[in-house]
Amino acid sequence: MKELEKIRFTRKNLPREEYFFPGHRGCQGCGEALALRLAMKALGKDTIVASATGCIEIISSPFPETAWGVPWIHVAFENTAAVISGVEAALKVLTRKGRIPEKRIFCVGVAGDGGTADIGLQALSGALERGHDILYLCFDNEAYMNTGIQRSSATPFGAWTTTSPPGKKAKGQMTWKKNLPEIAIAHNIPYVATASPAYPYDLMNKVRRGAEIKGPAYVHIFSPCPTGWRCPSNLSIEVARLAVETGVFPLFEVIEGKWRINQPKGELKPVEDYLKLQGRFRHLDEETIKFIQKRVTEEWEKLKKKASLFPYEE
Amino acid sequence: MKLSWREIKPGAVITEPGSSRKLRTGDWRSERPVVDKEKCNKCGMCYIFCPEGAIHENEEGYFESDLYYCKGCGLCAHECPQKAIKMVPEG
Amino acid sequence: MKRVALEGSIAVAEAVKQANVDVIAAYPITPQTHIVEKLSEIVASGELDAEFVPVESEHSALSVCIGASACGARAFTATSGPGLALMAEIVFIASSMRLPMVMVLCNRTLSAPLSIWNDHSDAMLVRDSGWIQVFVNSAQEAYDHVFLGYRISEDHRVLIPYMIHMDGFFLTHAIEPVELVDQELIDRFLPPYKPLYRLDPSDPVTMGAFVMPDQYAEVKKAQDEALKSSYQVILEVWEKWGELTGRFYRPVEGFYLEDAEYAFLSVGSYGEVAQEAVEFLRGKGKKVGLLKLRLWRPFPFEELRKALRGVKALLVIDRAICPGGPGGPVALEVRSAFYQMDGPRVVDFIVGIAGRDTTPEDYVKMFEMAPELLEKGPENYVFYGVKE
Repeated sequence: MKELEKIRFTRKNLPREEYFFPGHRGCQGCGEALALRLAMKALGKDTIVASATGCIEIISSPFPETAWGVPWIHVAFENTAAVISGVEAALKVLTRKGRIPEKRIFCVGVAGDGGTADIGLQALSGALERGHDILYLCFDNEAYMNTGIQRSSATPFGAWTTTSPPGKKAKGQMTWKKNLPEIAIAHNIPYVATASPAYPYDLMNKVRRGAEIKGPAYVHIFSPCPTGWRCPSNLSIEVARLAVETGVFPLFEVIEGKWRINQPKGELKPVEDYLKLQGRFRHLDEETIKFIQKRVTEEWEKLKKKASLFPYEE
Repeated sequence: MKLSWREIKPGAVITEPGSSRKLRTGDWRSERPVVDKEKCNKCGMCYIFCPEGAIHENEEGYFESDLYYCKGCGLCAHECPQKAIKMVPEG
Repeated sequence: MKRVALEGSIAVAEAVKQANVDVIAAYPITPQTHIVEKLSEIVASGELDAEFVPVESEHSALSVCIGASACGARAFTATSGPGLALMAEIVFIASSMRLPMVMVLCNRTLSAPLSIWNDHSDAMLVRDSGWIQVFVNSAQEAYDHVFLGYRISEDHRVLIPYMIHMDGFFLTHAIEPVELVDQELIDRFLPPYKPLYRLDPSDPVTMGAFVMPDQYAEVKKAQDEALKSSYQVILEVWEKWGELTGRFYRPVEGFYLEDAEYAFLSVGSYGEVAQEAVEFLRGKGKKVGLLKLRLWRPFPFEELRKALRGVKALLVIDRAICPGGPGGPVALEVRSAFYQMDGPRVVDFIVGIAGRDTTPEDYVKMFEMAPELLEKGPENYVFYGVKE
């Protein structure tokens, strides 16, 4: 098959086509919808998307309308990775048998944190292990937002959700966020990356790179939710930027097991700068904030250590 | 407009891509972005950061929000590097 | 045509190969394992050009089939009992998304207790799933129905997945004579799958949209009507197969029913044993017959009523129970078929739970028990042979 020209996005070649159209039912300021819109620009029209039940699926497919400009299928909540595996297998064999023309079509699974870290983890693990040529995008808004802001294993420590409310006997989410990128890395797949819509070109390039690479790729996309995080709708990007700048959500890639950190240069800002913008952290006491800061700093040091041990050289 | 059971395609398949564009999500907003063309340097960051994809480049190269879809979230105004966009209350 | 001795599972695998299936998704579970083992050999050797996807659960197996069918590929999977239960969410989705595919369900009892043995509790779990469902009685039938299944489910007038119920161990593991159909005939009978809609970037569609209450009932009615009207296509295609191979399958098959006063009604392979008992009883001058129910969904109301005309008492051989309910599932359906009409009185025997074997003598005993049971009334069902 003719090798795809590797596209890298900059201001000069930013695609103007939309494949995720307006009219979708996303909340005002939805960081997830924005991230998806950018991801779809990066992927282009020769893409098939399988979605999990969740915010993206609900805002984009209210029968008889659809916000999708590419072929799209939704089946259930926990099987995105399995459905897209079936799509990939079908395209592979149909091409081989000459029933469809030979053409590179990106097979992309789109799911939220609930549909990936919790109920969808098994299917994801299976798909990554089997080595399908797929891209899996986890849009992480850190809770089961579509059903009304319930906690998931990706909800950050201390966060209020409707099922991890602070009270006399509790302080909000009391477990640390499950590290999905590390789980993906443990499957030894060719490409794992984290991305944030506050760094749109970085996001688009990572999505594109993951799609272009042969074999499974996983990109974890930080998706601010003003509704669930209790912040004004115009702060989604600022929150997404601060998450990176404070080290709460560091940007990095692991390419064939070699690490590359894409953080903007400079010291990490204090996590409090990030936490104070969001109502879901409003109840946190000083002790908890200190704990979060300590843990974030530890994780950041660990990340830098790993990157120095197995650095990616171009 | 409700479809009869005979009119619905098998499996409720939707064959018109992007038909969501029928919905006037602009009805949702209580504020609207207004661009100060003096300050705007046509960088296009507002175009990038619109979750609706409602902002378009016009012939002059300035970026305008399509008020049919604009939900008034204010991201464009907040992120504009030149502070050229102001959110103005509707009505 | 080649006549060979084949294990039921191997016959199914041969059929999947000859049907030129594109994607096989498989998770092993007893007693389905020989099917997927043979299929993986067939693919590994190059005899069949297909993608064999060794999934990590049954739920994912059917999900892979959905993804594949949605792209226009011919997809196959098989499972049993608890595997079907895990898969159940997706079983309902495959049919309501109107995606053609064939699944062989090697009937195995649902847990608990854990048992690998055969009954129809797994089949009854998905009775209302919207699939076309047949119960086969032999390895030959299982083989034939793979081709019938693809031809029927892929027909644009149908677009409904096809489930073949095949008794675990009794049919999957028994070696029987099977006539393999020439590939040339198969290729003419079963052309490549041409989907009505498929995931194709040149013509993007959205599959699996959510539907609000004001429109949902219409989607379901359309699905129900499609399943009901598939009956005609099923008859048409089964007839064609008969012309091709000499094996004519009918939704119900009657033996000695013309002047029968009593009749057994069987679903699946246990009917083969009941048939021997009927032959024996006929030898004794008893007016007894047998009806084998092959097409389970869409239910063959008319053919059933016609075949049982004149029968006074129907002894239903149920291979599953409805705990706390009015009887076994097949008896319930048959009673409904005759509701407010002239029809036989129904005696409900629960037989062969989790593979408990029966002999022709057992059916003779049931025949002898029947008159007394008829006195007791419709809510009664008998767990035949259970130690009190």
